[in-house]
Amino acid sequence: MLEIAHLNAFYGRAHILRDLALTVARGEVLVLLGRNGAGKSTTLKSIIGLVRPAPGSSIRFAGREIAGLAPHLIARLGIGYVPEERRIFTDLTVMENLEVGRRPPPDGREPWTPERLFALFPNLARMKDRPGGRMSGGEQQMLTIARTLMGNPTLLLLDEPSEGLAPVIVEQMAEAIAAVKRAGVTVLLSEQNLHFAARVADRAAIIEKGVIRWQGSFADLDAAPEVKAQYLSV
Amino acid sequence: MDFLLVQFLTGLANASALFLIASGLTVIFGVTRVVNFAHGSFYMLGAYLAWTIVRALWEWGGREPWLFVSGLLLAALAVGAIGALVEMILLRRIYRAPELFQLLATFGVVLIVQDVTLALWGPEDLPLPRPRWLRAFVEVAGERFPLYDLILIFVGPVVLGLLWLLFQRTRFGILVRAATQDREMVAALGVDQRALFTGVFFLGSALAGLGGAIVLPSQNANLQMDLAIIAEAFVVVVVGGMGSVPGAFLASLLIAEVQAFGIVLVPKATLVLVFLVMAAVLMVRPYGLLGRPQAHARAPTGSVAPVIRAAPGVLKIAGAIALALAAAAPLYAGPYALTVLIELVVFILFAASLHLLMGPGGVVSFGHAAYFGLGAYGAALGVRFLAVPMEAGLVLAPLLAGLFGVVFGWFVVRLSGVYLAMLTLAFAQIVWAAAFQWVELTGGDNGILGVWPSPWARDKALFLWLALVLCLGATLLLRRAIYAPFGYALRAARDSELRAEAIGLDAARLRLVAFVLAAVAAGIAGGVYAYAKGSVFPTYISIPKSVDALLMVLLGGVQTVSGPIVGAVAFHGLFLTLLQWVEWWRAALGLAIVALVLAFPEGIAGFVQRRWEARFGAAS
Ligand SMILES: Nc1ncnc2c1ncn2[C@@H]1O[C@H](COP(=O)(O)OP(=O)(O)OP(=O)(O)O)[C@@H](O)[C@H]1O
Ligand SMILES: [Mg+2]
Repeated sequence: MLEIAHLNAFYGRAHILRDLALTVARGEVLVLLGRNGAGKSTTLKSIIGLVRPAPGSSIRFAGREIAGLAPHLIARLGIGYVPEERRIFTDLTVMENLEVGRRPPPDGREPWTPERLFALFPNLARMKDRPGGRMSGGEQQMLTIARTLMGNPTLLLLDEPSEGLAPVIVEQMAEAIAAVKRAGVTVLLSEQNLHFAARVADRAAIIEKGVIRWQGSFADLDAAPEVKAQYLSV
Repeated sequence: MDFLLVQFLTGLANASALFLIASGLTVIFGVTRVVNFAHGSFYMLGAYLAWTIVRALWEWGGREPWLFVSGLLLAALAVGAIGALVEMILLRRIYRAPELFQLLATFGVVLIVQDVTLALWGPEDLPLPRPRWLRAFVEVAGERFPLYDLILIFVGPVVLGLLWLLFQRTRFGILVRAATQDREMVAALGVDQRALFTGVFFLGSALAGLGGAIVLPSQNANLQMDLAIIAEAFVVVVVGGMGSVPGAFLASLLIAEVQAFGIVLVPKATLVLVFLVMAAVLMVRPYGLLGRPQAHARAPTGSVAPVIRAAPGVLKIAGAIALALAAAAPLYAGPYALTVLIELVVFILFAASLHLLMGPGGVVSFGHAAYFGLGAYGAALGVRFLAVPMEAGLVLAPLLAGLFGVVFGWFVVRLSGVYLAMLTLAFAQIVWAAAFQWVELTGGDNGILGVWPSPWARDKALFLWLALVLCLGATLLLRRAIYAPFGYALRAARDSELRAEAIGLDAARLRLVAFVLAAVAAGIAGGVYAYAKGSVFPTYISIPKSVDALLMVLLGGVQTVSGPIVGAVAFHGLFLTLLQWVEWWRAALGLAIVALVLAFPEGIAGFVQRRWEARFGAAS
């Protein structure tokens, strides 16, 4: 589904991602683990095109090279991006936020509708006309995912979806991700919360200083405490 | 009482046109963050196109009201298309360039449109023939009130309603509102920003065009419309809060009423009054009536302003040689060349003074010509009313400029970003308006003549040397200030106000000192210029003069100390060459500006510096 090779990314002169390589298989949920500043967000931003990959980088999505394309073109190919900072349109109501994200599915799949999304995130159903600026952090997090799903992506990029959420909401979030996966969407998410990651993901990749250091299943990870100690803050 | 009512209604009618223009400007700014100087040009084009289209329609189908209305709408659509075209051809390429370069590019468009309009429609004012129904009056409280004005009163609210529907009820409107807040996120959701921006430019320009078209019956189409309206439109947009359409509506009512009653109460100072209202509003509400603190529109980040470095040795030697050549010019150059050289020296100081504000100070002034003009008028008023000799006049010049620098600066440094820039523009317009309207003091449009140097300096060579000593001396002092502890503190305050204050620097005060220094330096330049020309005019304070200074600084590059010098030489050289050789010099200058912005988005000196460093490594 997604094949990344030799991905290099810079902020000004700072070299952030170094020859990063990563593959996501169709239908799986892959979690990108790593400490603060490891480069998780930068990886996801490079995929959606908000950070421009350096020349020579390769990001193939569904067989097409997308490195260097404009973000809106990448999104239209079927990649949905949910930013870490949520970036809800605070002046727009919930329904209007969803409208911004709306795009018909590229194939004949059943599209996400507000109704389907409200079933996934019941909290949102009660505040259809509320401006995004007057919602709690958890509600905003749900809205930002729902908004992206309105674009009917086949690959969903989620940047730290559990960050700063109450346990109840984290639980809802995990269920939502499972439902999204059941709907046939491939998911690449970044996380620092290992429990949450183990709960939602099929597989993990660990990033440090812009390089993927380790990949494997959670069973493998549990069997390798030295990996956890070296790369994760647990 | 009745008279007041009529005056009030006149204000309402004027508010409609003002709102159309301002709403277009505010929508464009809200989404694209482009401060669009060319908006006034679209307004002017609206009037001219309406003049042509309405007359053609009347010729064809008789002078019917419905043909008149159709003509106005067609003109608006045509202007919308022109705006969209400008966006696609020009602005689209420079959204990533610094805001000020975009502004310069739009000013290039202003110049081009001026000459194109002149070429197509000629220099005469064009009145629309007015059939009887267009001249009709109605009785309002016993007074006669033009029917057309009465209809205009309703145009503003109707357009406000339509815009509201557009923004609340259509997908385009929702996307526009979303993009106003976070256009990067909108793109990440798969929306093509380019189409959105083009659409916004179409809408905004069409509104400006409609504004120009509806004033045609009461105000002939003329070539001064563009700059006359743009300052006013900026005032309305800023007072209302940038990006807010309802704010623009409120502000257009406020400003139009202030004008309507100002004409009765203080006929000599209506312009001053408008800008004073703006300054007052900004002091109470720094983001306008309905505006909000500017969340940075989340344009792609990445560029960090480089530190200003000392000039490499080679550059110092080149500067010394240039100075020696200039000082020796009387030996080999004719009188015209000497005149040009004097102007050049004056503009170098003018540009350097603005550079101190913009580079190290981070304060972008759209109205720096005010202090240049105040310097010139300081000297001229001294000559006119006190008959002071040149030596005293050259003291009065920086004194007056500095005095106003203190007063205006005190307000200005309290704001930031576009609001700050707009306030400097407003203050400059106040000074301009005073020079223009207060005829008893300043001679108005005729200016003040007979500002001649003292006998010893009448010789061109001696005056050149005087100018070199004063202007280049002041320029070098400004450079000194940049490298003095004051300059470092100023830059620290620019880069992080919080951090600077944490180590005990008073950022606002530092900026105020820089503002006054810059005003004094510009005042010296203005004073020398007055004596070089022998006369002063309100044009010394006009918007184009302020833009000249911006051009010089930006062409040179804000982040290089030699920038203003390079920029002044390049700009003035270009200007004189075009003036002398090209009939349509305005259009040519506009095209040159646009081309330069496209080619050197970091300025000429910045470009050379980057090349230099790529080649020889960074200067230590
Ligand atoms: N806009 C930026 N400009 C410069 N450097 C940046 C920028 N954004 C991130 N960085 C740097 O890039 C590196 C990687 O950042 P990134 O945001 O990808 O980390 P992350 O793994 O997502 O961390 P976190 O868990 O804190 O979100 C960090 O060292 C960070 O300081
Ligand atoms: Mg992150």
